[in-house]
Amino acid sequence: MTNGISNFGRLGIEKLSRLGHAGVFSIRAVFCSFTPPLKFSLAIKQIWFIGWKSMGVVCLTGLFTGMVLALQGHPTLRKVGSEAFLGPLVALSLIRELGPVLSALMVTGRAGSAITAEIGIMRNNEQIDAMELMGINPLRYLAVPNLIGFLVAMPLLSAIFDVIALFGGYLVAVRLLGMNAGTYIGEMQSYVEMRDIWGGLYKSMSFGFLIAMVSCYKGFHSRFGAAGISTATTQAVVNASVLILVWDYVMTSFVF
Amino acid sequence: MITIDNLWKSFGSQEVLRGVSLEVKKGEFVALVGMSGSGKSLLLKHLVRLTEPDRGRVLVENSDLALISRHELQSLRSRIGYLFQNGALFDSMTVYENVAFPLREKTRLPAAVIRQKAMAQLELVGLKNATDKYPAQISGGMAKRAALARTLVQEPEVILFDEPTTGLDPIVSKSMLQLFDRIHKQLNLTGIIVTHEITGVFKIVEKVAMLYQGKIIANESPAQMQNSSDPVIRQFLTGDTEGPIQYR
Repeated sequence: MTNGISNFGRLGIEKLSRLGHAGVFSIRAVFCSFTPPLKFSLAIKQIWFIGWKSMGVVCLTGLFTGMVLALQGHPTLRKVGSEAFLGPLVALSLIRELGPVLSALMVTGRAGSAITAEIGIMRNNEQIDAMELMGINPLRYLAVPNLIGFLVAMPLLSAIFDVIALFGGYLVAVRLLGMNAGTYIGEMQSYVEMRDIWGGLYKSMSFGFLIAMVSCYKGFHSRFGAAGISTATTQAVVNASVLILVWDYVMTSFVF
Repeated sequence: MITIDNLWKSFGSQEVLRGVSLEVKKGEFVALVGMSGSGKSLLLKHLVRLTEPDRGRVLVENSDLALISRHELQSLRSRIGYLFQNGALFDSMTVYENVAFPLREKTRLPAAVIRQKAMAQLELVGLKNATDKYPAQISGGMAKRAALARTLVQEPEVILFDEPTTGLDPIVSKSMLQLFDRIHKQLNLTGIIVTHEITGVFKIVEKVAMLYQGKIIANESPAQMQNSSDPVIRQFLTGDTEGPIQYR
């Protein structure tokens, strides 16, 4: 019994200590982002890697999310005689929630995992140690460009997701289900406000911060060997995805 | 120059270093030998604070590495070159970019001067024709020479070599040791070399320190070491499977 309690306590302390480590890591990365020398060329390379290279998967996910939302929403609204509100339903769901969250989850899987693996391999091959011994701060060189990359790319990807998804919804609602195009778009315009759009963009930016920090932290602290890197990558994706969903709830409570 | 004083380090219940003490004077070239897994590389990492000891001190030019600030540590590290076992080249950069990297990042030298300095080191290690190749496109020996060029371009006063000849064929291995000897003599560098290449390294170092069961059991000239009557040293040098060293 006492052993069980002691193990539980040890586990709790270990988790808290890791959380503290991750917090200090994030604070140091943020601090490095605001102090020179800044690596602009590396940041631009990461914006391209995270943003441009995730476009395909984000567009595809967005298209089908919008389509299925319209397909599911239409019969439900028809039951209560409110088909006219399909446009606002699709738009608000996408702009406030699904756009930021789904695009963040997609980017976590595509770019976050790749970044963890890359940094993990650098840690394994002692490249990070070599950098430290040269007097070069690895955080500044590896974490900061990724942080900037995610902060810039995520809101853009989320916005693109929203536009493509709205188009997907339009295709199903107007072309497939025969809804009036004017009603679909007109009602959408009446109900969607600028604060919804800004809220979605803030959310996606905060998700970008979470993905960057989790991916980089896991890469920097990966264990040795192929198994160590694979574990770090899996943990990065799982932890970032869970954090996104939890933080989404917190953000929704405060922003909207 | 470098003083290691009663250094202890363990991982869980496994004590790897159990009171290591060693002194390396300025300009001296010391070989650190011992069984695989005896903690030689670990000891080397303590000298640049890549690892911190459980107990004991490491002093570099009378500065205790555990007590100096981050800024002082950085400045000290910039005077120490470290040649990693696998070279630790940045695989996203070419050989030239790897060698020029520390100068580009740490100095404000004009690009032409950086190029001149990097090319001079690449020529010294015989890699003038491999500048545009990536680490994955070159052999292990070339990667180690490129790493040496990257270390030398920072003009260190001390170089720590972590098994620089492991995995190389005998000819390349011998040429690497000759290169280290030439560099040590030309630049009057202080050096510690961790190696299993006993025959070759005994010709180029002034002293040999042997790490056994977590302690330095000998720190003497190669000639003294070869004439030692200590059964552990004798077994290690001859490579006999029978003797006091438990290798399983």
